[in-house]
Amino acid sequence: MALLQMQRINIYALKKDRKQILELLQRKGVVEVRDMLKEDKVFNRSDVSHAKQIMEKNISTVNEALSILNNYVKENSSILSALEGRKELAVEVYDSFKEKYKPAVGTAKRIIELSKIIAENKAEVLRLQTQIEILTPWINLDIPLNFKGTKHTTGYIGILPNSWTLEEIYEKLAQFMPLNVDIISSSKEQTCIFVLCTKDNKNKVYETLRGMEFTLPSLSIDLSPSEQLEQVKKQVEEANNRIKAATDEMISYDKLRDELKFLLDYDTMRLEKYEVIGTLLQSKNVFIISGFIAEKDIKSLEEELTSRFDLAIETKEPRKKDDVPILYKNNGFSEPLEGTVNSFSPPGKGEMDPTMVMSLFYYALFGLMLSDAGYGFIIALACAIGLIKFRKTIEKPMKNTLKMYMFCGIATVFWGIIFSSYFGDIFDVVGKTFFGVTDLPVIPPVWFFPVEKPMLMLTFSMAIGLVHLLTGLAMKGYQLAMQRDYKGIIYDVVLWYILLISGVILLLSMEMVTGILGININIPSNVVTIAGILFALAAVGIILTNGRESKQPFKRILKGLYALYGISGYLSDVLSYSRLLALGLATGVIGSVINQMAAMAAKGALGPIIFTVIVIFGHALNLGINALGAYVHTNRLQYVEFFGKFYEGGGKEFKPFGINTKYYKIKESWKNGNIK
Amino acid sequence: MEILNDYGIVLALAGAVLAALIPGMASAKAVSMGGIAGAGVITEDPAQFGKVLILQLLPGTQGIYGLLIAFITLSQIGILGGEGDISFVKGALYFAACLPMIIVGYTSAVRQANASVASIGVVAKKPDQFGKAMIFPAMVETYAILALLISMLAVNGVSGLSI
Repeated sequence: MALLQMQRINIYALKKDRKQILELLQRKGVVEVRDMLKEDKVFNRSDVSHAKQIMEKNISTVNEALSILNNYVKENSSILSALEGRKELAVEVYDSFKEKYKPAVGTAKRIIELSKIIAENKAEVLRLQTQIEILTPWINLDIPLNFKGTKHTTGYIGILPNSWTLEEIYEKLAQFMPLNVDIISSSKEQTCIFVLCTKDNKNKVYETLRGMEFTLPSLSIDLSPSEQLEQVKKQVEEANNRIKAATDEMISYDKLRDELKFLLDYDTMRLEKYEVIGTLLQSKNVFIISGFIAEKDIKSLEEELTSRFDLAIETKEPRKKDDVPILYKNNGFSEPLEGTVNSFSPPGKGEMDPTMVMSLFYYALFGLMLSDAGYGFIIALACAIGLIKFRKTIEKPMKNTLKMYMFCGIATVFWGIIFSSYFGDIFDVVGKTFFGVTDLPVIPPVWFFPVEKPMLMLTFSMAIGLVHLLTGLAMKGYQLAMQRDYKGIIYDVVLWYILLISGVILLLSMEMVTGILGININIPSNVVTIAGILFALAAVGIILTNGRESKQPFKRILKGLYALYGISGYLSDVLSYSRLLALGLATGVIGSVINQMAAMAAKGALGPIIFTVIVIFGHALNLGINALGAYVHTNRLQYVEFFGKFYEGGGKEFKPFGINTKYYKIKESWKNGNIK
Repeated sequence: MEILNDYGIVLALAGAVLAALIPGMASAKAVSMGGIAGAGVITEDPAQFGKVLILQLLPGTQGIYGLLIAFITLSQIGILGGEGDISFVKGALYFAACLPMIIVGYTSAVRQANASVASIGVVAKKPDQFGKAMIFPAMVETYAILALLISMLAVNGVSGLSI
């Protein structure tokens, strides 16, 4: 439940060591670099935009090349590969990559070029294939398609729509004899003909032919169709050969894939480095890095840097107006929820880290909403297997996600046992359907069945909500104590505590309320009287104090009254926890529906098999949908109801200068405790 | 009046069926709205599939809540179990008990889908803001949950009445 103490750090070093120092800092990843110092006559910032541009271009080239390569050679990756994390490489590999850098960039460019070649040739093949289609009907014609005639004759080569016989054509052209008609080929759709007539008749023949919807072929070539076809086929083959050659070359680059990935990471790292260089103050021989570092990391970084380079390190407390970045420190139980807090907002100035307190409720609320021991077991088991199997390589964010769901799953098992829900009521249904068990339920609940006593469950949900809200209010008190605002604690926290608790006692003393909730509590009458007095006193106190930022008495009272009206907010907040009941019941009832449907189908010899199939599919669906609901609504209860009481956020996450790569991470190689 | 009592079961069944029907229709529409918006995001950035899918599914729950009410009702009016003898008044009470889920389920699903589509837009532009984007549709769902709660309690309560 804490945040790490941050310090401002300035490192003054010589420019000749700049590359090594920056790379070391990047690999350590403990300093967030900020340009907090001002430029002057001696020290100024250098422009690195040109270098950055080159790297950005390289990165996008390699990304494109990798995705093209993946289209030709699928990378065999399983769903679980997301859990595996990045590969670890030694510094030496990183340093020695310089020689491979240029060839790797060349490979990436070549891959893009090849994909263009392949695309162009594929287009060429398509074009040629349409030519083949056009030419094929003319294959029996032994003169070129653009034949126009001889000295005394005119030739027409073309297509008539639909199928024509020789007689039909002669019939139409009879008056223009002498002429010769050949049918080159004929099909249902078209008839390819060659007409030779005398030159005198050429216009009339043409008009008649036009009347028959005669069209010229869409190709005009000097070779006879068969020769041309031969040539086109050759061209197709050549294009296909080019495609194959290019594809083969592409596939051969599969073994260089790792190099491309490394190139991507290499330039990503360099880009980040150059971004940092752009923020450094530099003189002729000296440069200054300024930024933030966690107090605990100072010593080791200082030792490491001073043992290798000539430099000076200065650390000091952050100034008041500094926007200090936030770095959490939590135990393994709460750590997984740092991300959840972050996605709301990291703690702002003067706020505490709510992760630890939140984690207790988070897991419990998730479990209550899913509330099925079977589902919880599956979630927890799957996450545990993932965590154990990939424990060596798994990345931190993924590890935290798995851990979070594992704890959520464990909480779900707990509540599932309390309310006796195991895949809905699977034991009862299986027992009744297949083994004729009559003594139901097979496993009685530790506490009660929510389906049978929904009002009790509702009361329980709202009680949990009240505890959650009061905890939030207590957190506010703690925060005010840290800020030494002791008046605030009494006015904004203690008075509200008295008001709320005495209010609850008053409510519970009313027969109407206990009647609705179906509970039986006898509160002694003197306690009720005291609660009533306290309630009134607290209400008056709140009216008098909660508008204290206004100096004018009238306005102050009005503001105080409005603050007291905030009690309706508590009412709606508590009612909001009724979703615990609704979502919990939804899981259980839908589970029972699935079981009941499966039991209805479980007759005959194949019965058990059908039963199993329905149960597996049904529960997988139910688990998916209800886990989603539980996750979303747990977040909502934390963000809206709980955080609403004390937490605003607005801080900035600690983003150290480090290695934010996709495929590889660089590990310092250690030998006898020293860096090699 | 005696003849009417034969039709009590019809009213009760109508309530149950409408509870499955109307929120189901609304959720189908709502989820498809999310799907259309989500598909657009995926063409640009396939890595956001998981987040977009969650946002798409959020307004799908109304259909399930409706199903739940339908099932609880069916299991108490002698169709999937329970007493079959439903008087006219009791049938009407079952129908009324289903109404919150029928009406709020319908309207909240479509409105939640609007919020979901807007949140999918947030994820498209700023994937790291998913946590906040998810809360907006969840706020709308609160009212579907409240309706579910009342329908559930009312159906349970009606079954205990002897009229």
